[in-house]
Amino acid sequence: MTRQTVLNATHRALGAKMVDFGGWDMPLNYGSQIEEHHAVRRDAGMFDVSHMTVVDLTGANVRPLLRKLLANSVDKLKTPGKALYSCMLNADGGVIDDLIVYYLAEDFFRVVVNAATRDKDLAWIAAQAQPFGVAVRERADLAMIAVQGPNARAKVFGLLSPEARAGAEKLGKFVACEGDGLFIARTGYTGEDGFEIMVPETQAVALWNRLKDAGVAPAGLGARDTLRLEAGMNLYGQDMDETVTPYEAGLAWTVALDEGRDFIGRPALEREKAQGSKRAMVGLVMDEKGVLRHGQKVLTARGEGEILSGTFSPTLGKAIAFARIPAGDPGAVRVDIRGREVPVRIVKYPFVRDGRPCEGI
Amino acid sequence: MSEIPGDLKFLKSHEWARVESDGTVTVGISDHAQSLLGDLVYVELPGVGDRVQAGNACAVVESVKAASDVYAPVSGEVVAINEALNDKPETINEDAYGEGWIFVVKMENKDELGELLDPDAYAELIEGEDH
Repeated sequence: MTRQTVLNATHRALGAKMVDFGGWDMPLNYGSQIEEHHAVRRDAGMFDVSHMTVVDLTGANVRPLLRKLLANSVDKLKTPGKALYSCMLNADGGVIDDLIVYYLAEDFFRVVVNAATRDKDLAWIAAQAQPFGVAVRERADLAMIAVQGPNARAKVFGLLSPEARAGAEKLGKFVACEGDGLFIARTGYTGEDGFEIMVPETQAVALWNRLKDAGVAPAGLGARDTLRLEAGMNLYGQDMDETVTPYEAGLAWTVALDEGRDFIGRPALEREKAQGSKRAMVGLVMDEKGVLRHGQKVLTARGEGEILSGTFSPTLGKAIAFARIPAGDPGAVRVDIRGREVPVRIVKYPFVRDGRPCEGI
Repeated sequence: MSEIPGDLKFLKSHEWARVESDGTVTVGISDHAQSLLGDLVYVELPGVGDRVQAGNACAVVESVKAASDVYAPVSGEVVAINEALNDKPETINEDAYGEGWIFVVKMENKDELGELLDPDAYAELIEGEDH
């Protein structure tokens, strides 16, 4: 049974091409994926991300639970509204999911996890929460619209009451506030500035239409994927899963080995750190024509690797990818495209930030 | 969906073929196929002089979303390729039945044309796919 967000009929009325994504019937594009991509890089676009799973955690012991549950340190969150990106690991250090956690009050944190991993995430969180006496409540009543692009914030400000606007204007990056019944977070998955707005389902269609009237372009999952890959952001299930540790997924920066914090997966990560990782995630750029795709073989001096996420980058006009390859000096790297060995460059990602190619890309 | 020109024949795999006045056959992909693929970003063309076999893959069209083989509707030698697609693959999105042609084959066996679908049969096929 395919699930639908509250905006489903709105997408269809806009002529969206719909696809199944993690069990949800979602818009792939509304015509041209590339135009939607450019709209976000150059002006403002919006995505229905209501399929994502919002979970509220409440109780006196929420912080101790999150100290155990997350590889990043929830103790970095000291001011209400502040958000943190983290992986949730199994005992082997494998990634169960990546998520964003918001600190709202000492007894109230909000977590946003992926749609495709909803069931196993909820089961895992509930099992860990039980001994801490923390209540786990999925917020299926909330829809979510991501408004992204250099002009995204200004267009949202124009729709808010003076009080809500004042709050939203003050938000630093990776911080959220509430206003006009909305939960407004200055976060995103595109490498552009903007907001992710949680809105009660009953008001989501009206908010979408007001944003559209304000000149925000509807954008589908296709553009969302090319934007996030250009921005150097991982996609769960493609770039990492339970067989991969954060160190092998380019996510060492999200692991906090802070003193005395006994999080799930920590012993495995400490072993890996001591011994050195066997695999590394790298960014690739292909200067020749063609497109890098998930599953293509990567040939290095240290052995074979594999393309994880690969696509044509609309901003750069060439193919980019994440690949996981054997650790060590890879030498000259090639990708096997239909039997042809095409040279590629290893680069430091992100590939694109704030509308422009990064240095060395 | 744009009108399907009446002088075209189709493969079930969405290639079109048009017999030109000099007996050569121009090949492209259908408007339906380009709409399924989305924005095209790369076309791998066959080489002039290559021999292609009806039903075999001889070119690749790639959109942001996916790579898709292009099958030869008829057998013969490739006598022309649309090199403009190297720089502007999106021409196929804009004009699949015209400027978006991919290659031209000097046909070896006219009987192979009889195996292809006429526009009505093709329209029926894609109608069926949509439901």
